[in-house]
Amino acid sequence: MPTTAHATASAFADATASDSALRRFLHGLPGVDAVGLEARAAALGTRSIKTTAKAYAIDLAISVIDLTTLEGADTPGKVRALGAKAVHPDPTDRTTPRTAAVCVYPDMVAAAKEAVAGSGVKVASVATAFPAGRAALTVKLADVQDAVSAGADEIDMVIDRGAFLAGKYLKVYEEIRAVREACGERARLKVIFETGELSTYDNIRRASWLGMMAGADFIKTSTGKVGVNATPANTLLMLEAVRDFKQQTGVQIGVKPAGGIRTSKDAVKFLVLVNETAGPDWLDNHWFRFGASSLLNDLLMQRQKLATGRYSGPDYVTVD
Amino acid sequence: MTMDKQTSVFEYAPAPESRSVVDIAPSYGLFIDGEFREAADGKVFKTVSPATEEVLSEVAQAGAEDVDRAVKAARKAFEKWSALPGAERAKYLFRIARIIQERSRELAVLETLDNGKPIKETRDADLPLVAAHFFYYAGWADKLDHAGYGANPRPLGVAGQVIPWNFPLLMLAWKIAPALATGNTVVLKPAETTPLSALFFADICRQAGLPKGVVNILPGYGDTGAAIVAHDGVDKVAFTGSTAVGKEIARTVAGTDKKVTLELGGKGANIVFDDAPIDQAVEGIVSGIFFNQGQVCCAGSRLLVQESIQDELLDSLKRRLSTLRLGDPLDKNTDIGAINSAEQLARITALAETGEAEGAERWSAPCELPSSGYWFAPTLFTNVTQAHTVARDEIFGPVLSVLTFRTPDEAVAKANNSQYGLSAGIWTEKGSRILAVADRLRAGVVWANTFNKFDPTSPFGGYKESGFGREGGRHGLEAYLDVR
Repeated sequence: MPTTAHATASAFADATASDSALRRFLHGLPGVDAVGLEARAAALGTRSIKTTAKAYAIDLAISVIDLTTLEGADTPGKVRALGAKAVHPDPTDRTTPRTAAVCVYPDMVAAAKEAVAGSGVKVASVATAFPAGRAALTVKLADVQDAVSAGADEIDMVIDRGAFLAGKYLKVYEEIRAVREACGERARLKVIFETGELSTYDNIRRASWLGMMAGADFIKTSTGKVGVNATPANTLLMLEAVRDFKQQTGVQIGVKPAGGIRTSKDAVKFLVLVNETAGPDWLDNHWFRFGASSLLNDLLMQRQKLATGRYSGPDYVTVD
Repeated sequence: MTMDKQTSVFEYAPAPESRSVVDIAPSYGLFIDGEFREAADGKVFKTVSPATEEVLSEVAQAGAEDVDRAVKAARKAFEKWSALPGAERAKYLFRIARIIQERSRELAVLETLDNGKPIKETRDADLPLVAAHFFYYAGWADKLDHAGYGANPRPLGVAGQVIPWNFPLLMLAWKIAPALATGNTVVLKPAETTPLSALFFADICRQAGLPKGVVNILPGYGDTGAAIVAHDGVDKVAFTGSTAVGKEIARTVAGTDKKVTLELGGKGANIVFDDAPIDQAVEGIVSGIFFNQGQVCCAGSRLLVQESIQDELLDSLKRRLSTLRLGDPLDKNTDIGAINSAEQLARITALAETGEAEGAERWSAPCELPSSGYWFAPTLFTNVTQAHTVARDEIFGPVLSVLTFRTPDEAVAKANNSQYGLSAGIWTEKGSRILAVADRLRAGVVWANTFNKFDPTSPFGGYKESGFGREGGRHGLEAYLDVR
């Protein structure tokens, strides 16, 4: 992975040579027409996914979830419960796929690793002074190293939105590169833009390219901690970015919408966006994730409904 | 590195809209003076579903005698209808609009069956616009004093209206709503391939309690339309259709008192500058030419792309076209439906062959065409110049001609270099360029960073051989008022 990151970095050596070169590159990307983007996302949302397609989509959705708990009140017990849920989402049906990962704060990584040990479920950890990212780089890197040394398979970092909005793109770029280094050989890096704070679609496209050029393995919409998180439109835009990046460089980057996706219906709409924008190559948990918590239970209830023909209810899925 | 990859693919299972929501009778009569009746000479014709060639119903075919009867009924009804206070006429129009909304699912399925266009379009575009059009003109009925034509502007009398098959119910709404709001009565001929939604509308008129004779529906072929246009009792002619028929109508009414509006063909230029929002421009190009299988008079059938981004744009466009889903129009996931008739399919096929023969490069989206019905794969032609037939003639099908330009001046010159002047599109992130270019385009509708968006408040109509007169908006009232 770092090899790919280095190759990517050298491919964009000119664009990242200076702050002004980087600005010129990012501002030279095609603009985004907000009305058109949202109309396209809404149009794809009207796809009617039924029967076998629905069953496939629900299982796929479960398998791409980063089952998340990011609360001040998290305890090892809570994380153990989450881990158990990730490994066996539906205790009544062992054919239910596992989730892709559990996502926790760095100090909970060890507990999470233990909870999912041997299952194939990954442990992702937010880091870099999540969610605000307002700390010195040394502190952020220490945060990352802490998570990695505790065994995190994946690091979800936040970018410095303040620097981005102030136009200091190179600072954002260097910081992602530094975190990428700190992740080492093993951990995959997800770069969170906090799209709700970047506010414009043009910014989201620029941040996407910035993140991909700096060596992100995944680009991720948001922390789930602000008013606007993942939306069909911002996810569509990021899917276009990874599609274009792969076409230009041959390097495939994953996408993770996070926050605000709560129902199966929503999840299926996002999978349709992936299918018809980036394409089927992205339809597995190596390349696409949902950052979600309550979504899983809704998917499980829909899954039970498809299997039995009846709606069960919230007491027939586990509350963790 | 890759974890166990899902082996299956995300195939969308068929999600067909139920046909059972619409009850199509085996036969329909003419709607004259509030009653359904057979044609005087007993003639009938069949209407088929273009997606399957299945016969949907047998419809009475109006002859000259029926036209005469309908015009007389409309004339008789005109006295009372035009004397009603505007607020009273508005009540009927609001009622019609509400019934259309209530029956929109039924009407959407019907329209899809008779026309061949995808249910996605009839459900999300046609029917909402039909209802919106009636609501909009209902609002005008008691405010005509404020329309800009002086106090108490008078209606014309009987409106003879001939509509096309591409948006059967929507074109009916464009014609009937302003006519009734202003106090005229109507004799309308739907196209021979799509008569059913107009006949269902006749039923809605009865359901709304509309006085007899205010709306008369006469299915038939070109000769029926010609008889309506030529009838002495008709005061106003409104036509949407081909330029050739439009010219014939103009000749027929020349030297008479009849007021005429014609909405005819087009060869819309969709201009994409190098600073365009590319992904949205691709969507706009797709909706510009493949909406309703390109059977749209204002379709963006000529893509003018700045030469510097041609390759990039065409790659994106082809990739996007490869994702279009062609097939059963009743399936909610279908993007591209059937061509309306065998005749139209033959015309599209012939023009596409001409394009190839003249040296343009043809590319069609990879898709399997159903074995029955009338189908044409989304197609684009590159290496097209102004001299090619496919750049000049209206194809009225899912065929896009791609031309290039180097400067804004050249883009404007090429866009305007057409016998038509109905629609155009401009794609750029630069606001000043939108205004500067729009100002110089000779097209009735200019869309900026979008295409094929319609709204009842916005006037619609053409320059040059695309016709004259405006439909929609306040301007659309003028065509039905005696303001000479």
